[in-house]
Amino acid sequence: MTQAPVTPELEKAAERAESRRGFLIGLPASGYLVLFFAIPLALVFVYSFASRSSTGLTVLEDWNLDSYRRLLDPLVVEIFVRSFVLALTTTVICLLASYPFAYYIATRGAALRNVLLILVMIPFWSNFLVRTYAWRVLLGTDGVISQISQAFGGDSIRVLFTPLAVLIGLVYGYLPFMVLPLYAAIERLDWSLVEAARDLYADGWTAFRRVTLPLSMPGVVAGSILVFIPSLGAYVTPAILGGARTVLMGDYIVSQFLAARNWPFGSALSFAVMFVMLIAAMFYFRAGAKTL
Amino acid sequence: MSEGAGPRGIVDRLLSANAIAVYVFLYAPIVLLVIFSFNDNNNVSIWTEPSLRWYGEMFRNDQVMGALQNSLLVALVATAVSTVLGTALAISLERYRYRGRGTLDGLAYLPIIIPDVTMAVMLLVFFFQAFGILDSLTGIRLTAGLHTIILAHIAFNISFVAVVVRARIAQFDDALEEAAADLYATRWQTFRKVTLPLIAPGVAGGALLALTLSLDDVVVTQFVSGAGSTTLPVYVFGLVRRGVTPLINAVSVVMLVASMVLVAVSLGLQRSAAGRQKMLTEPSVVYERTT
Amino acid sequence: MERAAVELVGVTKQFGGDVTAVDNLDLTIRDGEFFSLLGPSGCGKTTTLRMIAGFEFPTEGSVRIHGSEMGLKPPNERPVNTVFQSYALFPHMTVFDNVAFGLEMQKVAKTDVETRVRRVLDQVQLAQRADAKPSQLSGGMQQRVALARALVNEPEVLLLDEPLGALDLKLRQNMQYELKDLQSRVGITFVYVTHDQEEALTMSDRIGVMSHGRLLQVGDSHEIYERPTSRFVADFIGDINLIDGEISGSRSVRLSNGVEVGISAGHPQTGPVTLALRPERLALHPANDPPAQGRNQMKARITRRTYFGDVYFYDVEAGFDHPLEVKEENRPEIGTHAVGDEVTVSWTPDAANLVTD
Repeated sequence: MTQAPVTPELEKAAERAESRRGFLIGLPASGYLVLFFAIPLALVFVYSFASRSSTGLTVLEDWNLDSYRRLLDPLVVEIFVRSFVLALTTTVICLLASYPFAYYIATRGAALRNVLLILVMIPFWSNFLVRTYAWRVLLGTDGVISQISQAFGGDSIRVLFTPLAVLIGLVYGYLPFMVLPLYAAIERLDWSLVEAARDLYADGWTAFRRVTLPLSMPGVVAGSILVFIPSLGAYVTPAILGGARTVLMGDYIVSQFLAARNWPFGSALSFAVMFVMLIAAMFYFRAGAKTL
Repeated sequence: MSEGAGPRGIVDRLLSANAIAVYVFLYAPIVLLVIFSFNDNNNVSIWTEPSLRWYGEMFRNDQVMGALQNSLLVALVATAVSTVLGTALAISLERYRYRGRGTLDGLAYLPIIIPDVTMAVMLLVFFFQAFGILDSLTGIRLTAGLHTIILAHIAFNISFVAVVVRARIAQFDDALEEAAADLYATRWQTFRKVTLPLIAPGVAGGALLALTLSLDDVVVTQFVSGAGSTTLPVYVFGLVRRGVTPLINAVSVVMLVASMVLVAVSLGLQRSAAGRQKMLTEPSVVYERTT
Repeated sequence: MERAAVELVGVTKQFGGDVTAVDNLDLTIRDGEFFSLLGPSGCGKTTTLRMIAGFEFPTEGSVRIHGSEMGLKPPNERPVNTVFQSYALFPHMTVFDNVAFGLEMQKVAKTDVETRVRRVLDQVQLAQRADAKPSQLSGGMQQRVALARALVNEPEVLLLDEPLGALDLKLRQNMQYELKDLQSRVGITFVYVTHDQEEALTMSDRIGVMSHGRLLQVGDSHEIYERPTSRFVADFIGDINLIDGEISGSRSVRLSNGVEVGISAGHPQTGPVTLALRPERLALHPANDPPAQGRNQMKARITRRTYFGDVYFYDVEAGFDHPLEVKEENRPEIGTHAVGDEVTVSWTPDAANLVTD
């Protein structure tokens, strides 16, 4: 093909051809995501304004805000607050246990560090359902903990089906989400900064408080959000370890779709939870992801 | 570190104690589960004597075996499709600029951030609506089944594959592709001879992640599965909610071993130690483990 | 007349519509020469090279290689090869496979590939390492593989993007000689991009100095160093004293300290000019040893003396808003001066250059 000197129009055309190529390469996936993700998401949004017939069918007319108004129902608020408090408690416990833990790993020698890290990852990568189920063996009325207590002459202890069991399950399930960002933040810390602080007359604790902790803050933020978000929407953990009395958000949404057959209200609930999570996720991407 | 047993020594000892406590917390339930899966008793947590009884029962149980087959089929198909689509998406997002790329980037991240329950609800409503429209337009009646599970799994797997592969693409020097072009390789030759071999560990890692995710998923699958199309985790979840039997212990241990083998394989595929650690700790990958 | 290996005519490259990386560049690179594009980072030299290679297309203009228009041809259809700054060796292939890559893509017969690769590996003294992976080689060896990988294709033009930038000083100096030798042996046109003035001066047949997307001056090393035409070129290459003044006659300039000095060539314009003087062209004279007649001279005082081993650097105060720099060799017969000494600074009229802004 004979070529001509380039003009701005020709350059534009070449650029456009390149862009089109990129778009086409991504098209199968983006098309798939639009069809099986974006449209379903939009559909749930539309459903949240629909009404429900007396037989439990969703009627796509008489658009209204009833489902959103129902979010303010004291019963719903109570479930929401309970989920929120539980998620927050999970986050705080994870943070308190993980910070010294991550600090410990990050300050070991390279070889030991890798082993310790992989040891955190192994349970983390194994089946979530199975890991949660494992606590049933420990926490039930004839569970291992109860047996140990009785062996020492104590009472039978049943933690299973209480909020405490759910809390344990959540902490167990999401602890690694906290450990990893914290580890990453502490591990990349420039230790000469701590030495500089010591050189400038700070004692160990002050150096930690004024240098190490602030510098590892991105890890704290990232880890906290990574634990908080899934805890708030947890469904499997409370379903396996919680009792009927501790209904949480995830459970409640599911029941609207599978049991109560109130899809518009379930849709509105989903959007409310998603809204809180997206705000948290935005914090994550702004504060944490940049440094991870 | 020469202060020996001063305050530093005490702090170090406290840190060690905390670390041991955390590891015990992480491993005790798993270890106990494995031990009790070899227990002969009908009660899940009262030890009598070691036996392989429940593993035998598991292999004779048609429902477990059927669910296992479904799980494998779903996971393999969903992984194959989402690996191809996700890799193409990663290349498109990482290597090209075009209008709508930013939106697509956000859209591709959403399935990772969005809670399972919401994803499940969305797809339930979608399939219900889509089948309804199809019925009224063409009279064809479709119902949920393995195909809807596969479609749903691909929907969330694409994003995870794309994230892992993108991390890999971002690591490698653009100049390598330019060098190939400079050395007379066409675009396709450049992809096949240079790009693909170099991102292969990322693609493999993404595929194994997709496979684990697919094998693990409970919530989404439960919502989009039809009658008779249960996967193993959904079957186990159903059993657990009705009450526990030692059979579940045995099934659980098998699932546990399966996921560990997958992790080991995917770690083996990452050539460098840094790559391994990156793969393990990639935050978005981490994020996904919230099923 | 010599054939042009590369011609750039009116080449402009804009990024994102508002950043102009290369601005209406005209340049002819002769066949068989070692041509360097020299300039600070961000001056557009690498973008120019990438437009010749085909990694970027100009926004406007013409790139020709041996007379044929390149237009929007992709890199794989251009008769040039590149040595990358990062070397860009394929990490998953052996040295041999890296070098053979271009030939295989061109569908050269297998036996020919083998001979040509072996020959070029011999040339760069890496025949023993053909089966090694790039990561097992030292930086200098990787550099030679990159060179071999490009040269084996016998390109019409070889493009080199700061190829020595990643090497340490000693190795870099050795490689400069090797590269220059290699170029005269193979007779291929080299277009060499660098920000290192010494590299450009020692290796090139001709140098093009770039700044802010423009080509300021093209000439051989001697011209570029001795006869800079612009303030930028004078300042960028070597040390220089820049003195403001005004044309006061057909062959004289009145400097800003009031002293009138002679210049060798007439200057067409009147008004303000800048005089450029290399520190080594200035001489210092104590009171008892006045400069010869015909030299420009002015009174000055030593304000600082810096010892570099082979030379002394003096800062002298001569009534300008900044001190003059004078460089004198460390030889017993030249003698040294102490801070505070009153001296005379002198230079011959042809040592000074008038430069534009």
